Amino acid sequence: MSAVSISRVSLSAPRRNGVGWLTNGLLLILAACFLLPMAWLVLASLNANATLAVALPDQWSLSNFSKVLTPEQTLLPLWNSVVLSGGTALITVLCAVLAAYPLSRYSLRIKKPFLYGILFGTGLPVTAMMVPVYSLFVTLNLLDSLGGTIFFMAATSLPMAIWMTKNFMDEVPIALEEAAWVDGASSMQTLRTIVVPLMRPGIAVVFIFVFIQAWGNFFVPFVLLLSPDKQPAAVSIFNFFGQYGAVAYGQLAAFSLLYSVPVVVLYVVVQKFLGGSFAMAGAVKG
Amino acid sequence: MAGAGILPDRQLAGPTAGSPPQARRKKRSRPTRVLPLLPAVVLLALFLLGPVVWSFYGSFTNAALTGAAANNTSFVGLDNYISLFGSSVFPTSLVLTIIFVFASAVVGQNLLGLGLAALMRNGNKVVRAIVGAAVVAAWVLPEIVAAFASYAFFSDTGTLNMILAGAHLPTINWLYDTPMVAVTLANIWRGTAFSMMVYSAALMNIPPEITEAATVDGAGGWQRMWNVTLPMIRRSISTNMMLITLQTLSVFTLIWVMTAGGPGTKSSTLPILAYQEAFQFSNLGYGTAIATILLVVGAVFSIIYIRALKPEVD
Repeated sequence: MSAVSISRVSLSAPRRNGVGWLTNGLLLILAACFLLPMAWLVLASLNANATLAVALPDQWSLSNFSKVLTPEQTLLPLWNSVVLSGGTALITVLCAVLAAYPLSRYSLRIKKPFLYGILFGTGLPVTAMMVPVYSLFVTLNLLDSLGGTIFFMAATSLPMAIWMTKNFMDEVPIALEEAAWVDGASSMQTLRTIVVPLMRPGIAVVFIFVFIQAWGNFFVPFVLLLSPDKQPAAVSIFNFFGQYGAVAYGQLAAFSLLYSVPVVVLYVVVQKFLGGSFAMAGAVKG
Repeated sequence: MAGAGILPDRQLAGPTAGSPPQARRKKRSRPTRVLPLLPAVVLLALFLLGPVVWSFYGSFTNAALTGAAANNTSFVGLDNYISLFGSSVFPTSLVLTIIFVFASAVVGQNLLGLGLAALMRNGNKVVRAIVGAAVVAAWVLPEIVAAFASYAFFSDTGTLNMILAGAHLPTINWLYDTPMVAVTLANIWRGTAFSMMVYSAALMNIPPEITEAATVDGAGGWQRMWNVTLPMIRRSISTNMMLITLQTLSVFTLIWVMTAGGPGTKSSTLPILAYQEAFQFSNLGYGTAIATILLVVGAVFSIIYIRALKPEVD
């Protein structure tokens, strides 16, 4: 082992310095390109006279934030986002855990077709089918219904969630459950008292994963929710932009930042759970 | 789900010799075992399969939001598809979609992601952290926020033109004169993180001994990349290509905020066109037909993906 690492150092060390500088320089330039559009968000939100270009504010101020932080402007839409994403994540996780249990624990004849079907479902371009979804919702009289929207969003996130949850559940050894079964526990009891507590981190990852996706979703609530008092932040930011966007760039940026903070925080939390590989860990096995 | 008679059921369940040891588990009567699947199945059938079936059905009707057809929808057979392919808008939109997917996903995100992942292996630790955070941040932002940031960046008075003017280069009204370039670059910015993470993970799994052996045998940097690294991560490459193609195929928000498909229909990819036809020109059947075509394309890609990778489902 040590021989390997020594030979590696001696082989690459002479060339490392020149190439290293080049590599690091190139990487930093690329990082700057990626940061520039986001820098506008931060700087404009702190600039009372923001324009569309990145610029250091001549007068730093929090006035943009205080202007948008009103109940009807941001607080209600953000609360709607919480309800929508929380509801979606809750229903998705509940259904996914229940569905993953038989898929993980029994050998069923429908298992293979079901899992392939689920995998197939993850590939469907959901945004592409919002037009038929709209007319289906009109027919079912579910348009502008928070519940209907939540169920639809839960259904679209279910395939990925079931896939991830099953993979997490496969990691939980079955021996403990077998002991409980011998003692007369039912499978639902063992699921609740043994499996779920053991895979809590995995469930948290699936929950946050679904929550982040729902929180960021613009198109689905944009099409399915019509009354402003039901619309989540994503849609009300878009409406705000349509009404005042041409003048109030600073406020637009401030609102956008307020709306982005929760998902960035949640993403960091998930990273801590998984040590960096995020969605891939549960989603892609092998 | 009352658990009655577990042990007898287990013995009655019959031989399980053929099944793998992981799957040889508690056996009980079939109906109760699959019951936990029910909520998920109902939800999927109602809200995922339902719209798909509805989409196929709706594309054969003259459904509309307003006018005579709104109250009296009738079956029109293939009319929507015939007028779709007969019009000038749809073929243009199809071409735009192919360009958008190819340029921003297959070329842009894929190559930039691979390049970043490869460069980062040789980068300094601090630089690596900075680059990783910058690239991933663009991906983590909610799509509407990413769309506004791109809008500001490419707008006529935005950051990009400010930089170009500062460098005494000609400025372009990106969103108006070259809308496809703007949305393509924006989508590369937005989505490269995914490819970068996939490839970083893949490169990390290559045993260093193999690249070392190639170096000892006298292979240069490009030769190592082409003959050793790329063949070893080809599975990740195909997975990544399929996933980003599917993602990019259904991009709506980014383009809608930046150009709204305009000017005219110069950046109307298929998802945008479906929306415009259905909700702006109130031609629901037409929009549904476009959605159906997208669904079929997505389904074909999905099937190729599943067949090519043969993921293990046991």
